[in-house]
Amino acid sequence: MTEQKTSINRRSFLKSSALAGGGLMLSFTWLSAFKLPGEAGKPDVPNWIEVNGYIKITADNVIKILNPNPEFGQNVMTSLPMIVAEELDADWQKVVVEMGPHDSVKLGPQFTGGSNSVRMYWKPLREAGAAARTMLMQAAADTWKVPAEELTTNAGLIVHPKSMKSGTYGEFAAKAAVIPVPKEIKLKDPVKFKVVRSSQKNVEGLKIVSGKPLFGLDYKQEGMLIAMIVHPPAFGMKLKSFDASEALTMAGIKDVFLQKLYPDGFEQGGFDTRSFNDMLVIVGKSTWQVMQARKKLKAQWEPAGDIKDIIGGRGGKKEVIVPGELESTDAQHKKMQEFASKPAQQLRRDGDPETAFKNAAQIIERTYNAPFLAHNCLEPINFFAHVTAEKALVAGPLQAPGWSEPTLAKLLNLPADKIEIQMTRMGGGFGRRAYGHYLYEAAIISQKLNAPVKLMYTREDDMTYGIYRPMYTAIYRAALDANKNLVAFHVKGGGIPEHPIHANRFPAGAVDNYLAEGWQIPSNITIGAFRAPRSNFNAAAEQSFLDELAEAMGKDPIELRLELLQRAKEKPVGKNNEYDADRYAGILKLVKEKSGWNKAENKKYSRGIAAYFCHNSYAAHVVDLTMKNGQPYVERVFSAVDCGIVVNPDAATNMVQGAVVDGIGNAFYGKLTHKDGAAEQTNFHNYRIIRMNEAPKKVEVHFVQNNIDPTGLGEPPFPPVFGAVANALYRAYGKRLYEQPYGPQIPQQTMPDVKRKPVKSKLILNKRRAQ
Amino acid sequence: MITLNINTKTYNVDVDPNTPLLWVLRDELDLVGTKYGCGVAQCGACVVHLNGEAVRSCVTKVSRAEGQKVVTIEGLAEKHDHPLQVAWQEVDVPQCGYCQSGQIMAAAVLLRENKNPTDADIDAAMSGNICRCGTYLRIRSAIHAAAELQRKTT
Repeated sequence: MTEQKTSINRRSFLKSSALAGGGLMLSFTWLSAFKLPGEAGKPDVPNWIEVNGYIKITADNVIKILNPNPEFGQNVMTSLPMIVAEELDADWQKVVVEMGPHDSVKLGPQFTGGSNSVRMYWKPLREAGAAARTMLMQAAADTWKVPAEELTTNAGLIVHPKSMKSGTYGEFAAKAAVIPVPKEIKLKDPVKFKVVRSSQKNVEGLKIVSGKPLFGLDYKQEGMLIAMIVHPPAFGMKLKSFDASEALTMAGIKDVFLQKLYPDGFEQGGFDTRSFNDMLVIVGKSTWQVMQARKKLKAQWEPAGDIKDIIGGRGGKKEVIVPGELESTDAQHKKMQEFASKPAQQLRRDGDPETAFKNAAQIIERTYNAPFLAHNCLEPINFFAHVTAEKALVAGPLQAPGWSEPTLAKLLNLPADKIEIQMTRMGGGFGRRAYGHYLYEAAIISQKLNAPVKLMYTREDDMTYGIYRPMYTAIYRAALDANKNLVAFHVKGGGIPEHPIHANRFPAGAVDNYLAEGWQIPSNITIGAFRAPRSNFNAAAEQSFLDELAEAMGKDPIELRLELLQRAKEKPVGKNNEYDADRYAGILKLVKEKSGWNKAENKKYSRGIAAYFCHNSYAAHVVDLTMKNGQPYVERVFSAVDCGIVVNPDAATNMVQGAVVDGIGNAFYGKLTHKDGAAEQTNFHNYRIIRMNEAPKKVEVHFVQNNIDPTGLGEPPFPPVFGAVANALYRAYGKRLYEQPYGPQIPQQTMPDVKRKPVKSKLILNKRRAQ
Repeated sequence: MITLNINTKTYNVDVDPNTPLLWVLRDELDLVGTKYGCGVAQCGACVVHLNGEAVRSCVTKVSRAEGQKVVTIEGLAEKHDHPLQVAWQEVDVPQCGYCQSGQIMAAAVLLRENKNPTDADIDAAMSGNICRCGTYLRIRSAIHAAAELQRKTT
């Protein structure tokens, strides 16, 4: 057993203990704000005794564990409370789970994103459970007048074996709540875990399959109005004038008005963002009435010109000029080609790459491109707000309440303690809901109307608003000597409006001469985090390039990676290499074994391999491609993942399977383009999302078994899917694909009956190069 | 006034007869299990049963449902124990969960018409329903599991 100091805010513990000591705590009941058909006003179980911020227990032994972090499908409502239950030694089947309130003092950072939930809460939640268990045991020891060391616990029961006494946690909860938090907390040895590492069902499963109100769009309050915002039709445009006279005569319409989101000169937080500042707001009684009336709104738009933004946040205050140009995808491609040949910012340099390339026997150079992507969460952007002169209640789907609260307080001119943020279940997030602009929009509209308001984006509003995955490009170059050894590696990446390069990742550290460079082009098209930001492009480009490199070197693609990783382990080049070469090699070996990489029986598939490290975890996939109705079809996928200890294995498997399906879909079809500033895809009829008939028959997921603290899972399995798909398509068609999405690039030919021999890739010979 | 029969209950609603059934269910009747995803019959999140057939309630005028039998996810089984609802939890299908009521309502018609659907049958019947989290493999498994449950109980 390890003994360690608690890392939990002790003040919050003591504060909650004192509260509990002053009487019985009433639980947090945000669900009661819903109008539940048939069960309106159903009271919550009263008389909760709050043991600490995460745990409440009733005298009759109902144990409630609060989930601190917003749920967007990564299953934290189940997995985070499981961690508490493990150390608390509670009977998981009897635990009641509830979404916690926004309370960063008691419940921590409360941020969903960056594959951080389990990683960041792992230790605090274990300590919360262990501390509560210790306090409950002390309460029993005091009552029975026996030494606490003689007590044991078992699934919510405290036992004193010597005297045969036993009692439930509930019996001692009130007493435990006033016991000081222990200074030293003993945590379990991971090999003794009972709840963690066992597969447990989603605690909200029944609510989901029976259609209970869980999501932001389901949130209701008496007298609530529906608001929509008519945004400009293109990036770079703004409202010139509008005529609402006809719309205002339509049934149910209450108001149409123009409102600024951020006042002039407002300092935005780093994640506030917005695509358009002028909100043309239409408000009415019901969703359909507002949808109909907005069609009758007559608005004239004009070019906005360059706009100056003031952005605060972690990097400090800075002024950003947003260019006014009405951008089109073709022109963006041309501009990117221009920038790609200009000098760029050096991000990392090892050895002497220029000389190595100059002296190389052979140079391979390839350029990869990828478009903007829309998140397309199936629940469109929405938020509820009820703002009065004294306080604000806002509720809805939000990944980072703690980031949004300061801006909301400033915009509403209310102190933070008068703002209540409730986090509903999110119908998808993928990074999109880390940006708080829509919460502010809802709150400002409610404040102006002095009424409860639900702001709702239609699918078209959602898809065309922005905050996309950026548009990326990268040139990869490799230098081989006469013996086909890799002597230099160069990556130069750029994007609109940011470059994708992670300079300190593999194969940095494995090549003597290495250069990474980045450049970026400003744009008015807004971007944001999209499941594994930047990695989701790099893994496609870099892992395709490594596949091509292996072929040029006459090596098996897995063996090439393993050799490079061996080099990085034994004699690492340079500093700050982010990855652990052993763990990286581990997933490659595991996926090689589980996929039967070299087995003859698998030769009937066009197989592609890719691996990647991001968000502190490692993932590799082998994609097995066949043909279905004349189209390439990913029939099977083998996945190997090292994310440390897996809290809930079946749910984790589900997440990896979903990431694989999401990756296949975006690799084949994901694309958002612009014409004169306007998004050309507006709904699912022209933005293609992967569907049931395109999903693999099997995605077999294997986790590396170790006792490393959890290191994140929502994002890591996603990026390498792109590379594995690209490499499998090459095996099927004998042609490398460099442009995403791959679907439209696939050679239009009938299904090849026999797998074609791959065409030898054309290598650029150094001496033939013009410059 | 339009009279509706939803989940065997009778409702009278005072709405424009052109209003899509989806918004009557969600805004007027608080039956919010039926979801809005696209509004143009592309994603399937809004599937309900109209006289036993799966329809996209986002493009179905409420007037078309007048006097007809409508079933939503809330009424698929009184105790929420339809074989699909049981199987969905057993297989632990959902991630975010937003599309799942539409998926289940679409699958329920498939399972009624085809007691033992193959993967190909499922692919054909379910390709109108988007799951952005990518739970398709588990949806397939859950439909097979529900078919087996259904066979055992009938």
